[in-house]
Amino acid sequence: MSLAIELKGIEKNYPGVVANHDVDITVEKGNIHAIIGENGAGKSTLMKILYGMVKPDSGTISIFENPVTIKSPQDAIGLGIGMVHQHFMLADNATVLENIVLGSEPMKAKVVVDYAKARAHLQEIIKTYGLEINPDDLVADLGVGFRQRVEIAKVLFRGAKILILDEPTAVLVPQEVDELFKNLKVLTANGLTIIFISHKLDEVMAIADSISVMRRGTTVAELVPGKTNKKELAEYMIGGELPAPRPATTKPRDEKVLVVKDASLNDRTGRETLHSINLEIHAGEILGLAGVEGNGQDALIEMIMGLEKPTSGSVHTVGLDTNVSSLRQIRDHGVGYIPQDRQRDGLLMAAPLWENRILGHQETKPMSNGPWIDKGAAKKDSERIIEEFDVRTPSNNVMASALSGGNQQKFIVGREMSGDPKMLIAAQPTRGVDVGAQAIIWDHIIEARLKGTGVLLVSADLDELFKLSDRIAVIFRGTIVDYLDPRSTTPEQLGLAMTGEKIA
Amino acid sequence: MKKLNKLFWALAAPVAAILFTLIFVSIILLIKGANPLSTFQLIASYGSQSDNIVAELNQTVAYYLAGVAAAIGFKMLLFNIGIDGQYRLAIFIAAVVGGATHLPSYLEVPLIIFTGMVVGALWASISGYLKVKRNISEVISNIMLNTIASGLITYLLQPSRLGLKGKSSDNLSTPMIPNSGWMPTFHIFGGELYSFGIVAIIVGVLYWIVLNKSVFGFNLRATGMSFRAARASGVNAPRMVFITMAISGAIAGLTGMGELLSHTHTYSLAFPTGYALTGLALALLGRSNPIGIAVAAFFWSFLEQAAPALDLNGVPKEIVMMMQGTIILATVTAYEIVKRITRRQQQRLVGAADASRVEAGQKGDK
Amino acid sequence: MSTLKGNRLWKIITSPSRMMLTVAAVIILISLVRQFTGVDDITSPGAAGATIRFTIPILMAGLGGLWAERSGVINIGLEGMMILGTWFGAWFGYLYGPWVGILAGAIGGAIAGLLHAVLTVRVGIDQAVSGLAINLLGAGTARFLSGVFFIGAGGDVNISPQVKSIGTFTVPGLSPFLTTLGQKHILVLSDISGVMAGLITKINWGSLVMILALPITAWILWKTRFGLRMRFCGENPVAAESLGVNVYRTRFIALAVSGGLAGLGGAYISIISTGNYLEGQTAGRGYIGLAAVIFGNWTPAGVLGGSVLFGLTDALRVRQSTSVHALLLVVIVLAALYGVTKVRKKDWKGFITGILIAVLVLAYYMINKTVPDEFVTFFPNLTTILVLAFLSQRLRPPAMAGAPYRKGEEG
Repeated sequence: MSLAIELKGIEKNYPGVVANHDVDITVEKGNIHAIIGENGAGKSTLMKILYGMVKPDSGTISIFENPVTIKSPQDAIGLGIGMVHQHFMLADNATVLENIVLGSEPMKAKVVVDYAKARAHLQEIIKTYGLEINPDDLVADLGVGFRQRVEIAKVLFRGAKILILDEPTAVLVPQEVDELFKNLKVLTANGLTIIFISHKLDEVMAIADSISVMRRGTTVAELVPGKTNKKELAEYMIGGELPAPRPATTKPRDEKVLVVKDASLNDRTGRETLHSINLEIHAGEILGLAGVEGNGQDALIEMIMGLEKPTSGSVHTVGLDTNVSSLRQIRDHGVGYIPQDRQRDGLLMAAPLWENRILGHQETKPMSNGPWIDKGAAKKDSERIIEEFDVRTPSNNVMASALSGGNQQKFIVGREMSGDPKMLIAAQPTRGVDVGAQAIIWDHIIEARLKGTGVLLVSADLDELFKLSDRIAVIFRGTIVDYLDPRSTTPEQLGLAMTGEKIA
Repeated sequence: MKKLNKLFWALAAPVAAILFTLIFVSIILLIKGANPLSTFQLIASYGSQSDNIVAELNQTVAYYLAGVAAAIGFKMLLFNIGIDGQYRLAIFIAAVVGGATHLPSYLEVPLIIFTGMVVGALWASISGYLKVKRNISEVISNIMLNTIASGLITYLLQPSRLGLKGKSSDNLSTPMIPNSGWMPTFHIFGGELYSFGIVAIIVGVLYWIVLNKSVFGFNLRATGMSFRAARASGVNAPRMVFITMAISGAIAGLTGMGELLSHTHTYSLAFPTGYALTGLALALLGRSNPIGIAVAAFFWSFLEQAAPALDLNGVPKEIVMMMQGTIILATVTAYEIVKRITRRQQQRLVGAADASRVEAGQKGDK
Repeated sequence: MSTLKGNRLWKIITSPSRMMLTVAAVIILISLVRQFTGVDDITSPGAAGATIRFTIPILMAGLGGLWAERSGVINIGLEGMMILGTWFGAWFGYLYGPWVGILAGAIGGAIAGLLHAVLTVRVGIDQAVSGLAINLLGAGTARFLSGVFFIGAGGDVNISPQVKSIGTFTVPGLSPFLTTLGQKHILVLSDISGVMAGLITKINWGSLVMILALPITAWILWKTRFGLRMRFCGENPVAAESLGVNVYRTRFIALAVSGGLAGLGGAYISIISTGNYLEGQTAGRGYIGLAAVIFGNWTPAGVLGGSVLFGLTDALRVRQSTSVHALLLVVIVLAALYGVTKVRKKDWKGFITGILIAVLVLAYYMINKTVPDEFVTFFPNLTTILVLAFLSQRLRPPAMAGAPYRKGEEG
């Protein structure tokens, strides 16, 4: 029983944030070890430490039973650690061989690349590990599953004995997941060790030999799939406490702000991203949308806002048919939108805050008067937002890019709630935001609900969903699989539902 | 205090750039054996001579319009190098239309101006379309279009087609525009100042008002700042890009109008061929601000007017061209540096505001 | 099995046997056109030789553009670099002989290339601004330096003293044989021999040297480590950096070479084409080089093809414009063929486009006896716009060319 990796007592602090604290992980050689945990549990920081991109404040690392310090990715590679990133680093317009070989090219006569040697080495890897890729294929022609295999081959080419895979199945469809797992088994059969980061419990139970659960920056359990089940895993991940559901002081009204009837959506390449969605939101109600990222939430929001027309079925947002009305008309009719990517979709980074107040509301009063912008009103109202939402900035003239992420988010929330919109779409509204700001934002969302706004709360934060939602819809692979009542559902059940399982 | 600080940094870049250019040029002059100080003096005095001032002002008007055209493009992150072709085609066809029609003054002049704007807008919208639909760099497509425009004009200016033979065989021009299509001049400083300058001023004012005060202008600037954020806020972003290019072309079509309507009354190959580089440089120097562009335009014309004088005094007049190239590079570099400094400043201010609020015992922050 | 349909189709289209068939078909077509129209100059040795002289400057500028864009930086300043090449080439050629002049032209261009690199890679200003400013600076500097140096030496502000010529070579025996064969007007045989005669008769040594830049570029791009890394700088600099490639340094080198090649092209114009520096002799060829890069789909062979096409039309225009008129027939046939091939795929839009172009050009051909000079002048530009407009899907520019890149930032 030899250990490939042993992490003991790893600590890593950032100003104001404890990223890793007392982390212990042991991985046996030849095993697939999964590390699971919610967003923000500290998994990515830990992997950055293991790959030399970040230095731990304290703790020890042993690789193949030798204590080591890893100061840079080069060190990590030298120790046989290879990282397969979640976002692939490939050049489309080059072949598989070229992508793999770059940076570690075998040479001939000092300037010429020995492609023959590289090809032979790659073929060996392909054969040994059954990777089924063709060195001469153009990466642009390859699907996601194949690209991932190229990334895996990349690290194997450099002699990796330990592979770290960061959320590898996030972008794969079921068949591709199966193929990946087959490959992983071959790798371990050949003596390699694999670390597999995920929060997809069913996959982890299927493939891992051992599991570490992380929560709030520390390891809380080390388990073996044979001796546990998903329910227990979910419990460890979330902490098992039931957040106290709010007493419902008002009931949702009869009026509906969103009616989605049997709507499906295809993307530009013809792939179906949403399938037969049925969704309704009433005024004065918060509908939480739970689901692991990448299951269709973005497409759903675009469809509701009118950016994309449904391929079949219908969508009526605040009474307007999205097949007929434009995004502009829908927004002007009373829809607020807190985007998931605030810097790209929610702010003009190079503009002062008061101008950002206008964004999204530029064609209605009070921000504009006919064809003219009302600068005075914009400034006045941005001051109000700064005050009410505790946005930390010396003035409303500061450029949006100068603010911290949390303060940017508070401003956006404040802006989108002004004018008492009929409907509010909030996508990950408190992501990357400190606890204090989170509380403020939550308070305001609840207040909007009281005033009669219908809220679509899209979130990967189960805590948030439970605290705020009247109902929770679960989205999985582009379709709504379940509707749950937060008062009678446990977080573990919700976690399970998010993996596609129907719960009783 | 804050306003002063803002003003300082806004001027810092162009001032630094000009200083750098002056030093650089002085070095070159010294190598050549000329005296930098006396050279600059010469430029200053020659340029301020009264009969030259009018010529400079007339040229300023043309440069100004080119600068505004370029600035409009900049607001959308578009580099309208096509001003050359747009302007030439516009002025050519406007001259042809003017020469072919004999309407009363209050119709003829606006017709000519309108034609110029329309032609400029249409020619520019070719590259706008390619940019929006095929994501093709407007720089490359405009460079190609410029050459095509040149060729078309040379082809059409033949006597057998739209041109007229002048006194000598190389003097091809379009038919004369009738008197009703002439714009008056102001007799000042011993020279003739084109009245088209009034239109230029109106354009500048409109530019500033529309861009900064109107919803349309807001949408335009927003799309330039963040295509995605503008789209999410309801703006038809691709259409905005297209429209901006067309507007830029329309203004480019106005650049030669002063000369055409008040001076030559006909188009010939003697017309200046390139305003694009100058327009872009002026927009950069003037930071796309209507007053800044005006100042830069005057400065530019001033230099150019003085160039022949340099020649007569043994200083190569090409020094002016080198100055211009250097100013562009120095300015853009200076702006880049200033941008980074001010951003860091702002972040520090925000950090301080954050901290001070915590100290004042406001809602807890981690 | 793992590739998409597109790849297989592409392999079929570009398979060696297919390519040879296509080339053969084009040769036969041109030969027929020559026979039909009686414009024998098209495939004469004189035309071929002139084509080489017109092609090489464009080719050098094009290769310069290729090096820059492949490394991820768009180089609009090729024109300015070429101008510097003409100036330094003429001056140093006058002082120390043509070969030194050629070297000096390359160095002059390379320095401007480095300036472009400093501004766009290090400082990070917009690549288009930098390129255009360099064009301005190049022109101004050349004028200025002319004023400083030429006047004393017998030239003037816009014209330099003559540079000694380099001299030409002719392949003995083969050249006269092919020339005579070419004059016999035998279908296809004479055409081929005529063109080949032109390629081996009175070829300037300078042409020979410069044309080596093409195979060298191809070799570097595809075979060497530097070439591989440079290509990745243009396709995905973040990935390259993550694998240990120094993107900044690679781009610097690429831009220096880019400027150097443009400078060589300029030196060719002043030393070999005209024999001295004349203001404005580059005549926009820096931009046409850019057009060749686009037209050639960012490959060395493509750049050669584009440069030859543009050089050919220019050469024919200068010799006799009836040749260009005759070539219109080639265009008509190709357009018609294009339209016809689309029918099989039921691509009606493509069919109509092809037939429409064929008909329009045919009408033009019948009505006019010649193609006006001005049109031929902007032929490369028009072609490029059409390519951009209609074939943008097939084009494969380096993915990140033109995008600002700062070290340490994720995409």
